[in-house]
Amino acid sequence: MESRIEEHPILGVQEKGRIVKFTYNGKEMEGYEGEPIAATLKAAGVMVHRYTKKEHKPRGIFCAIGRCTDCVMVVDGQPNVRTCITPLKEGMKVETQYGVSAEPFDKQ
Amino acid sequence: MKRYDLIIVGAGPSGLSAAVEAAKRGLKVVVFDENEKPGGQLFKQIHKFFGSKEHKAKIRGFKIGEELLNEANDTGVEVVLNATVIGLYQDKEIVVKIGDEVKHFKGDSIIVATGASENMVTFDGWTLPGVIGAGAAQTMMNLHGIKPGKKILMLGSGNVGLVVSFQLMQCGCEVVALVDAAPRIGGYGVHAAKVARTGVPFYLSHTIVKAEGEECVTGVTIAEVDDKFQFIPGTEKHFDVDTICVAVGLSPMSQLLKMAGCEMEDNPKKGGQVPICDQYGETSIKGIFVAGDVSGIEEASSAMIEGRIAGICASYYLGFIEKEELDKKYEELTNALEGLRQGMFAPKNRGKLIEKTEEGIDVSMNLLEKGYLTDEEVEKYPGVTHAKGIHPVMECSQNIPCNPCQDACPKHCIKIGKNITALPAVDESVECVGCGMCVASCSGQAIFLINENFEPGYATVTLPYEMLPLPKKGDKGMGLSRSGKEICEAEVVEVRTSPAFDHTNLLTIKVPADMVMKARFYKGKEQ
Repeated sequence: MESRIEEHPILGVQEKGRIVKFTYNGKEMEGYEGEPIAATLKAAGVMVHRYTKKEHKPRGIFCAIGRCTDCVMVVDGQPNVRTCITPLKEGMKVETQYGVSAEPFDKQ
Repeated sequence: MKRYDLIIVGAGPSGLSAAVEAAKRGLKVVVFDENEKPGGQLFKQIHKFFGSKEHKAKIRGFKIGEELLNEANDTGVEVVLNATVIGLYQDKEIVVKIGDEVKHFKGDSIIVATGASENMVTFDGWTLPGVIGAGAAQTMMNLHGIKPGKKILMLGSGNVGLVVSFQLMQCGCEVVALVDAAPRIGGYGVHAAKVARTGVPFYLSHTIVKAEGEECVTGVTIAEVDDKFQFIPGTEKHFDVDTICVAVGLSPMSQLLKMAGCEMEDNPKKGGQVPICDQYGETSIKGIFVAGDVSGIEEASSAMIEGRIAGICASYYLGFIEKEELDKKYEELTNALEGLRQGMFAPKNRGKLIEKTEEGIDVSMNLLEKGYLTDEEVEKYPGVTHAKGIHPVMECSQNIPCNPCQDACPKHCIKIGKNITALPAVDESVECVGCGMCVASCSGQAIFLINENFEPGYATVTLPYEMLPLPKKGDKGMGLSRSGKEICEAEVVEVRTSPAFDHTNLLTIKVPADMVMKARFYKGKEQ
C-alpha cells in the first residue's frame, strides 16, 4: 500500500477504520472500513474502474466527489455505484464494470 | 410536508455560516447537503488562509471548518447529510432525495449555497484513468490519506493549481511541471514562489497536447501556444507521469436557482451563470437568497461572510429581527467583505494585467511568468532590507488583503497599516529578536529571517518548512535558489517547531555569506 500517506506534515497520522476484507474481481483484498471504495482501490494500484459501453474505453477516478460518475463499478451485483463516495464494508463484492455489467464484453 | 423558517442548500462554508446566524436569531433552520460529511471543501484546505484576524487569517482551512461545525452544533442547526436537493419549485417548495426516498419540504425562506463545480479542458486522452481534477487530488490526499499519483503534471496556475501542487509535494508526490496556456500565472505570486523554490518548473503559454497511455496515463506531451492559443510546432515537451491534474477554474452551480425561475446572467467576472441579486444576496424571487461561490467564484473566506449576511437577511425578511439590527450587522460584515475584495486579485481586477503595486513599485513579470522574483527584483520591495544581526526579509510583492505578519511580531517591527493590501515594510528602528513568529504566520510562506553576519564568511537563512521528513540539526544538504536550483552547500543549524507555529517548522540553514539573499529552500542530500 505504498500510495497511502503514512504521516502528513500538517495532518499527522490520519485515523482509519478497522481493516476489512472484500473482493475485487473475485480476488480477496483488504481496506479500511468506511473509506471510499475508490480510495482502497487506488491504494492497491487499481486505475481502471470501468469500460464504456459503446467504445470500451477505460475510466477511473476523475472528480472523487460523486459528481462525474466516471468511477462507477458493480458493487454487490448492483451496477453504476459511485465508488468514490460509497464506503467500503466487510465482505463487499467489487467488480469492474463493462458497459453496465460485470461480464466482460466478449461474454455479454 | 415538513415546514421550516429557513431551508439552506449546501453545508459548506457559506451555508453553515448562514445557518448559524439565522439559528442564533431564533429561526427554525435545516441544511441539506448531498455529501456524507458537512463542511464543503473546507476540510480539504490544509493551507493557512489569507486576510486579517476577522477573516480567520493564518488559520488552516480544515481548522476553520471544525470551528464552524462546532458553532453550528452549539446553535442547534439541523444538518441533513446524504441529502441531494433535486428541485426548487414555486412557493419555495424543495424536493430532496434522501437515500432512496424523495421528500418534499417547504421553506418560508431559502438560501442556496451550492458552491461551484470544477471546469475541465479536453485534450487527446483526457478521459484516461490518471487524468483527475485538482479537487479529486485534494479529496484523495487530504481527506482519505491516499497519494493521487507518484509523478504528476499540474495544468492550471490559478490559486487552486498552485496550492494543490504544493499539497501534492507535502504528501510525498513529485510534481514534474506546472503548465498554463495563459501567458502569466493566475494565482498569488507567493503561492507560485513556494512551489518554484522547490524546483518545479513553470511552463506558461503551454498546454497539454496529449495524455499518453492505453489503459491509464503513462506520460504527457505539452507544447507552447501562440497568442491565439494555437500549438507552435516543434515546441513539444514530453514528461513521464502517471497522473495529470487539471485545475482550470470553477463554475457556479446555479442550476437550482435557474430552475426556481430566478433571473440569471452570464457574468465571466463571476465565473459563469449566476443569479442576479441585490446587495443582501436576495435573488429576483423574494425570500430566496444566495451566498458563496454559487453567486460568483471567490474564496472560502468571502463565502463565509456572504453566508452570514444571507442568514441575517433571511432573519429580517421573516421578521425575526428589526431593521436596526440588520443595518448594523450588514455594515459590519460588508466592511469585512470589502476588505477581502481589495488588491490586485480583487474580483474587479480579474483578467487585468497590473504593472505597478499600490506603492508604485513595478510588479515582477518574472514572478508572473516563471513563479519567482529575481535577485535584483526582490530588493525593490519594502519588506526587504539589510541590517546587522538577525532581521526579517519579506518577499511580498503583490497587494493581497493579508496582514497576519503585522500582528505576529511581538516587537512590532512589521508595518502594514490600516490598508491591509499594503506591502509589509520593516521598521528598522525596532530590533528583531528572531522569534520567527512572522515566518510561521505568513500564509504565503514569503517571510525569511536572515542573519548576514552569523560567523565569518557565513550567514543564516531561517525558512518556513512544511515537508517531511523534517531535516535535523547538523544535516548537510544544498541551498536552493528562488527558482529551485542548487546554488550552495547548506547546513541545518537549527530546527524550531512549536504549537504557535501550527505545523510550519522553522528551518535555519547556514550558507556562504554571498548566498544569504539567494538561498530560499533546503534540500537534504539523501533526497
